[in-house]
Amino acid sequence: MNLLGKLSWSAIPLDQPIIMGATAFMVLAVVLVVGWILLKGYLPYLWNEWITSVDHKRIGVMYCVLALVMMLRGFSDAIMMRAQQAVAAGGAEGYLPPEHFDQIFSAHGTIMIFFMAMPFVVGVMNFAVPLQLGVRDVAFPTLNSVSFWLTAAGALLINVSLAVGEFAKTGWVAYPPLSELQYSPGVGVDYYLWSLQISGIGTLLAGVNFVTTILKLRAPGMSYMRMPVFCWTALATNLLIVAAFPVLTATLAMLLLDRYLDFHFFTAAAQGNQMMYVNLFWVWGHPEVYILVLPAFGIFSEVVATFSGKPLFGYRSMVAATMAICVLSFLVWLHHFFTMGASANVNGFFGVMTMIIAVPTGVKVFNWLFTMYGGRVRFEVPVLWAVGFMITFVIGGMTGVLMAVPPADFQLHNSVFLIAHFHNTIIGGVVFGLMAGYNYWFPKAFGFTLDERWGRRSFWCWLVGFYLAFMPLYMLGLMGMTRRLQHYDNPSWQPWLIVAAIGAVVILGGIVCQVVQLVVSIRDREKLRDLTGDPWNGRTLEWATPSPPPAWNFALLPHIGGTDAFWNMKKSIASKQDQPAPARKYESIEMPKNSPTGFVIAFFAVVVGFALIWHIWWMAAIGLFGAFVTILVLAFRQHEEFEVPAEQILAFDRAHPTEITP
Amino acid sequence: MNVAVSVYDTHSQALAPASLAGPAPKRIVVGFGFWIFLLSDIVMFSALFAAYAVLVNGTAGGPGGARLFNQGTVAVETVCLLVSSYTCGLMSLAIYSHRRLGTYVGALVTFALGAAFLALELREFADMIARGATPQSSAFLSAFFTLVGCHGLHVTIGLVWLAAMMAQVAIMGFRPAVERRLLCFSLYWHALDIIWVGLFTVVYLMGVAA
Repeated sequence: MNLLGKLSWSAIPLDQPIIMGATAFMVLAVVLVVGWILLKGYLPYLWNEWITSVDHKRIGVMYCVLALVMMLRGFSDAIMMRAQQAVAAGGAEGYLPPEHFDQIFSAHGTIMIFFMAMPFVVGVMNFAVPLQLGVRDVAFPTLNSVSFWLTAAGALLINVSLAVGEFAKTGWVAYPPLSELQYSPGVGVDYYLWSLQISGIGTLLAGVNFVTTILKLRAPGMSYMRMPVFCWTALATNLLIVAAFPVLTATLAMLLLDRYLDFHFFTAAAQGNQMMYVNLFWVWGHPEVYILVLPAFGIFSEVVATFSGKPLFGYRSMVAATMAICVLSFLVWLHHFFTMGASANVNGFFGVMTMIIAVPTGVKVFNWLFTMYGGRVRFEVPVLWAVGFMITFVIGGMTGVLMAVPPADFQLHNSVFLIAHFHNTIIGGVVFGLMAGYNYWFPKAFGFTLDERWGRRSFWCWLVGFYLAFMPLYMLGLMGMTRRLQHYDNPSWQPWLIVAAIGAVVILGGIVCQVVQLVVSIRDREKLRDLTGDPWNGRTLEWATPSPPPAWNFALLPHIGGTDAFWNMKKSIASKQDQPAPARKYESIEMPKNSPTGFVIAFFAVVVGFALIWHIWWMAAIGLFGAFVTILVLAFRQHEEFEVPAEQILAFDRAHPTEITP
Repeated sequence: MNVAVSVYDTHSQALAPASLAGPAPKRIVVGFGFWIFLLSDIVMFSALFAAYAVLVNGTAGGPGGARLFNQGTVAVETVCLLVSSYTCGLMSLAIYSHRRLGTYVGALVTFALGAAFLALELREFADMIARGATPQSSAFLSAFFTLVGCHGLHVTIGLVWLAAMMAQVAIMGFRPAVERRLLCFSLYWHALDIIWVGLFTVVYLMGVAA
């Protein structure tokens, strides 16, 4: 028996200069960052204040950092594909061999969905939702830390696949029978499966945590119809996570059983059923689309109302539209494979349902427009992203309705028209929304605003780059170009693909501007300092706290009398200016203690995942046992909370006055 | 009549509607959160049920449920599991009134019944495998072993959890955190019953009928 399973030195692709170059770069970056942390003596600070933190704000920030780093990785894949397709026309083969190109498009999709968009969305919710609800933390703070670290563990495994072994060559959906052992005997699919299983558990636990938080922990007086719209969208998203992610877990588990124990769920032999995988995958996959985009809709709602200086138009219809999308998102999954061969009636049903989902989405767009109409719109960076979103997303939505017509879909299925469509909605919707949220809430998280000039430059690069990169794909799709082509023989496609590659370069410019924006803002942080805690004249409760907020968020839980709670507080204080403010009675606050549990469990999850990928069974057993012991240690902990004394809270409030606590 | 109205009024003033009352007490939050988790677990099972329903006729020329299932064993398994839910309920009563002995006895009987269920299930599996009906032999058997085995795995985890909880009661006593975990355990144990009722119907009753 081999002690290291399938693992040997040949797993490291030393003969592939591109992969080894990327690996060397990644290792160098990690060594530099870790070296800098150790050299500067930041490790204790990092361990005590961040890695073991159970503060929802810190965890939210860590999620966003993970997402931004993974965006760089996923974008590198994207620009490599664009470069390959720009040159690999006619007889040319380009610079990426097919087996490498296949790994790149699989990794791009997997990373961008699971390790860029998901952590970013969960991170923003983590940061903003408890503040908007007027409470001190999420329902299960330690579990929150476990969720984050499991997501990070999945991200780590997928990056290890670059250096040790290979990644899946199956596309990010990993359809069988291609993803079965018979056709993908390598470890690539196993890397895919285990990293998604591990991060999927993290996401599911985050969903449970947030549903509980929103339904059970709100400031006194905050009824459901007084919650900010972002909280509503977060509720819908987390309900979808709870209802959809277990299906993904079960589906991937079935594929794992096929691959590891020779089961026959999806095999061609012994009456397995490949289409069942496709159905189950999209029963998760379509709600996932809305898991990503609903919080983005929530961010736009906050941004548009704040910067128009008006309450959101049609609050009730916005809530109804959000919940309608939440339900409808489970009734459209079959439109991902109209070509499967279901009857015309089945295709017709799913086509109609898909078109219906455009109705609540349209309601939302009109609500944002009517909010801006007649308002005094301040065109700050978040608003630019919001306006760019509205135009771009409507185009993406229309091409979606177009493809919802089954006969049209038979022509467009698996073409780059589809690629253009979903990038149109995901970049134009999710990414633009997250960028708006990043610029909007950054001052709340760090106490200073982001530089506006570089923010504008970044936005324009992204917007122009997006159109250059993806409009040509619509044309190419209509010309018959299918997705995932390593090379092609039709020379008339090449000019369009060159334009698309230029678009990717312009987006790269946008990313560079964002990095510069961050660096410049940190440099000028004293000039950009947010002293009031309310840099945008906000409407919701997060702006009632100092920037950055203390660990306990609110010294006294606010009492809520309506929507736009903070706006109303500001108005009522302004109307009673001559009267002295009532004395605030401070009490000590119980806060959850920091815990290394999340980090340690994630460490063991990486051990188990890596061991199972390489069939190192003894190591997997050790990892599982380690995780079990970690949970026991947590369970037998004597003190779960500590007390923040009233004097400390009073002193903090004195030192950090806000508009409502002068 | 007036009296009744006034009693009602005082009551409604004392208790604000739950949606306005501010953060719920920890016990409510934990129980509610755990319910949400259980719902997600049930969704996972529903995917396995769907897979079983799709593949139930995919026997690849091998035996189907009617030839493989032994209703007698399954009936005893069902009785074990349902009675263990009852004893788990008795344990919960003992926990509410902080009776250690009652808690231990309730836990012991629950554990024994759960272990008996598991032993019977494993014997059934071993018996089927000995007759050549392995999960590798057909899509139907893959789905059967996965669905029933996943429930069995949950029971196993429940047994480990119960043992750990008794150690907690012994070492840490009835403190609020321990009581909340015991509440979650009993929710979990009852949820496994719900899933078993579905399994019993869809897999065994319908399997034998077909």
